[in-house]
Amino acid sequence: MVTAIGRRAAGEPWNDPDARPYVELRRVTKKFGEFTAVDDVSLKIYEREVFCLLGASGCGKTTLLRMLGGFESPTAGRILIDGEDVTDVPPYERPVNMMFQSYALFPHMNVEQNVAFGLKQDRLPKAVIRERVAAMLEMVQLGEYAKRKVGQLSGGQRQRVALARALVKRPKVLLLDEPLGALDKKLRERTQFELIGLQDKLGVTFLVVTHDQEEAMTLASRIGVMDRGTIAQAGTPAEIYEFPNSRFVADFIGSVNLFEGRLVEDEPEFVRIDSAELGGTILVGHGISSAPEAALWAALRPEKITMSRGAPPQTDNVTRGIVQDVAYLGDLSIYVVRLATGKLVRVTRPNTARHAEPVERDGEVYLSWDAASPVVVTR
Amino acid sequence: MSRRSAFVITCLAFGYAFLYVPIASMVVYSFNASQLVTVWDHAHSPTLKWFGALLHDQEILGAAWISLKVAVANATGSVILGTLAGYGLARFPRFRGRFAFTAMTTAPLVMPEVITGLSLLLLFVTLEQTIGWPAGRGIGTMIIGHMTFSMAYVTVVVQSRLATFDRSVEEAAMDLGARPVKVFFVITLPIIFPAVLAGWLLAFTLSWDDLVISSFTAGPGSNTLPMVVFSMVRLGVNPEINALATLTITAVTILAVGATWLTARARRHAASAAA
Amino acid sequence: MRRLLRRLEGTRVSSRGLVVALPYLWLIAFFVAPFLIVLKISFSHAALAIPPYKPLVVWTSRSVLEIRLDLRNYLAMFAHRLYGDAFLNSLKVAFLSTVFSLAIGYPMAYGIARAGARARNILLLLVVLPFWTSQLLRIYAWVGLFKANGLINETLISLGVIHQPLTLLFTPFAMYVGIVYSYLPYVILPLYANLEKLDWQLVEAAQDLGCRPWQAFYKVTLPLSRNGIVAASMLVFIPATGEFVIPTLLGGPNSLMMGRILWDEFFSNRDWPVASAIAIVMLLVLVPCMMAYLRIQSRGSDS
Repeated sequence: MVTAIGRRAAGEPWNDPDARPYVELRRVTKKFGEFTAVDDVSLKIYEREVFCLLGASGCGKTTLLRMLGGFESPTAGRILIDGEDVTDVPPYERPVNMMFQSYALFPHMNVEQNVAFGLKQDRLPKAVIRERVAAMLEMVQLGEYAKRKVGQLSGGQRQRVALARALVKRPKVLLLDEPLGALDKKLRERTQFELIGLQDKLGVTFLVVTHDQEEAMTLASRIGVMDRGTIAQAGTPAEIYEFPNSRFVADFIGSVNLFEGRLVEDEPEFVRIDSAELGGTILVGHGISSAPEAALWAALRPEKITMSRGAPPQTDNVTRGIVQDVAYLGDLSIYVVRLATGKLVRVTRPNTARHAEPVERDGEVYLSWDAASPVVVTR
Repeated sequence: MSRRSAFVITCLAFGYAFLYVPIASMVVYSFNASQLVTVWDHAHSPTLKWFGALLHDQEILGAAWISLKVAVANATGSVILGTLAGYGLARFPRFRGRFAFTAMTTAPLVMPEVITGLSLLLLFVTLEQTIGWPAGRGIGTMIIGHMTFSMAYVTVVVQSRLATFDRSVEEAAMDLGARPVKVFFVITLPIIFPAVLAGWLLAFTLSWDDLVISSFTAGPGSNTLPMVVFSMVRLGVNPEINALATLTITAVTILAVGATWLTARARRHAASAAA
Repeated sequence: MRRLLRRLEGTRVSSRGLVVALPYLWLIAFFVAPFLIVLKISFSHAALAIPPYKPLVVWTSRSVLEIRLDLRNYLAMFAHRLYGDAFLNSLKVAFLSTVFSLAIGYPMAYGIARAGARARNILLLLVVLPFWTSQLLRIYAWVGLFKANGLINETLISLGVIHQPLTLLFTPFAMYVGIVYSYLPYVILPLYANLEKLDWQLVEAAQDLGCRPWQAFYKVTLPLSRNGIVAASMLVFIPATGEFVIPTLLGGPNSLMMGRILWDEFFSNRDWPVASAIAIVMLLVLVPCMMAYLRIQSRGSDS
């Protein structure tokens, strides 16, 4: 287990052992026949959080969400919301609402009727319903579409109806299943910020399921990376990116260079790793806790590597290689550099100046990085 | 286009001619004044006299009334049973006896009617002997018989509609606080209503048209329209039957074209508004 | 507490059961149970009584329960050539009708599936329309066409092709035409449903890889529509085997079909046990066909 020192902001509820979780999963397992979709997951989510479950399709994130919504019942474990055990509460009695991936709007009702549906189930007075629906439609900027049939709306409008319909019941937790998945890229970016604004204004706890890491990074206060039914790591976006706890997480979020090696120096303030793949040692500027002889990996993000044609001044964390491939992406370029050991290293460099020290294919370059950049993972 | 499509177009033309020439001939001859039906009476045709005769034929009218009662009761009962069965099959992928249930709802679609008819009659006779019900046969036993095979058709229609139904719509309703029974009546049923209506009409038509199962399960004095028509047709062609056919075809055409037009218009409407 | 909750969960399962229970019980009572009674009565013997057969189970005077299984009905079917011939003939007629229906229906379904969206809806409607009109009346239409002074003979005579009217009505030919005509929509619809889902890019890919159009059809389209073909065949073959109306109206008094024989045994001879035995023998042949159809149907809904 890697320990990050002094990176976590204090006062955040997940760092406070006395903070009361708002949603809590206690050792939840869900099996479909022989297949284990969710495997012994425990998780605490706090009030007003935006928690993103991030993972590839089939990792169990949607099953987890559906168990919170009450559409699947866990094979084992308990689910608590606001201190109350809701494991056996059917969906229509749970204090949570869900925004479905397909939006699941009622095709035979107009926008207003869709949004009012949940309030009608609560048998609220007509006047109250009318008022709350109107206010909610204003909030999502659909006031003038109240009488439209849902079949006559664009994708973005349908998304907002689905959101309004789920939020108008003032749920304790809003569950969002790929909330932006059906929108095109431009609209998705704009809607992300609208979603955050709305969440901030209403103070509702969000639990978002997504396979899109950019979406998770933008929305989340914390991200839970899921892999094969378990939560591989949970933490703030920065923690997950800067201090991944496993090769899986490091590789899943962004791209990463992994150097297999073993510990040669183990001090509280730094460690040195000898990597045959690199053909040298890597100096890591923080202490780690690991069994001395166990295999481990140094993970190094492509943008944290400096590339130069001349030799850099430092003596540690330097290597040389030949540029094998260059991909120009506009805002940045990706270089694939082959080391003398044959290992391919990925380096990115922003295209800040037009002609700053051009690096060409087959050219020899030096790669160097700061001792603070590498992260050591043991699995 | 290619020669292959010329072949396909020829097949289509031949096929549709095959389907429609007999129907068209019946319609044309229903306006023929001659009693001989197929010999065109130039002097007095076209005429509506056979339509008039049909509407004054007490035997046909009485039989049509019985058929109508049986068909409406059958369609309604079949829709209830068939919708339940179709819903169960579409929504519950696993339950005990599912395979047997699937078999039982599929078999009536293909079972030769003489077998179904015979077995129903023997059941009714046995039941009457042992528990005294049903006392004799008539409209009630006919309805039971018709429902048994019509519900299979409704099941297929409802099940295939539900197969393309986005289940999350039902889950959304439940998530918003509606109990399962309410979800069914407020969300599911309105959305699949066109399919249920189609199932009703199909069950109505099957019953209205049925000869074999009616003949087995009917009692004295409960002759349906197809039974009367069959006994008339066995004796040869009859101009009144041509008139009856014309009326049937007209009614079906108006209904089918109307339904197609309505759905097409609704679809166009939605498409143009969403664009 | 936990046990109580688990029991509640159990009742949720049975509320599902409630949905299925009503149609389930109905079908058991009115579709399955009757076959058992047919089976029972097929082992009885005709008698002048109400109902017209002898009971199977008899209390004899010495307080012995006697169950008499009378095999004469089945033996009679082997003894009299009439039954065997009718049985084989029914299978032959059903089989050939299936082949003819496919030969006409497949190109039509193919043509409809490949037509433009607008034309497709109209073409489908034109297939479905006769399906909604009375089958009895549509068979009757052929009586008018096939008669000695019917439309076909009159037309051929007026064209000078023939001088004497042909005997068309009450021939096997008329019966085949009637069956193919009646069941054509049942063939076209499942085939269309199957072909409509077919990815035409596969055919294009085959042609791109060097197949001539007919080869692409034979090697790609036809194998991929196999399920549709089997389903369509069963929808014709099974009911046609027991067809009664068409042989009676178009095939004439001498057409040997099981459906007719069963009908006559039942209504004319009032020999219920023999009629039951005929039904049982027919079922023995048809049930495997039904199972094949069922398998195709349930596999189709999975994919």
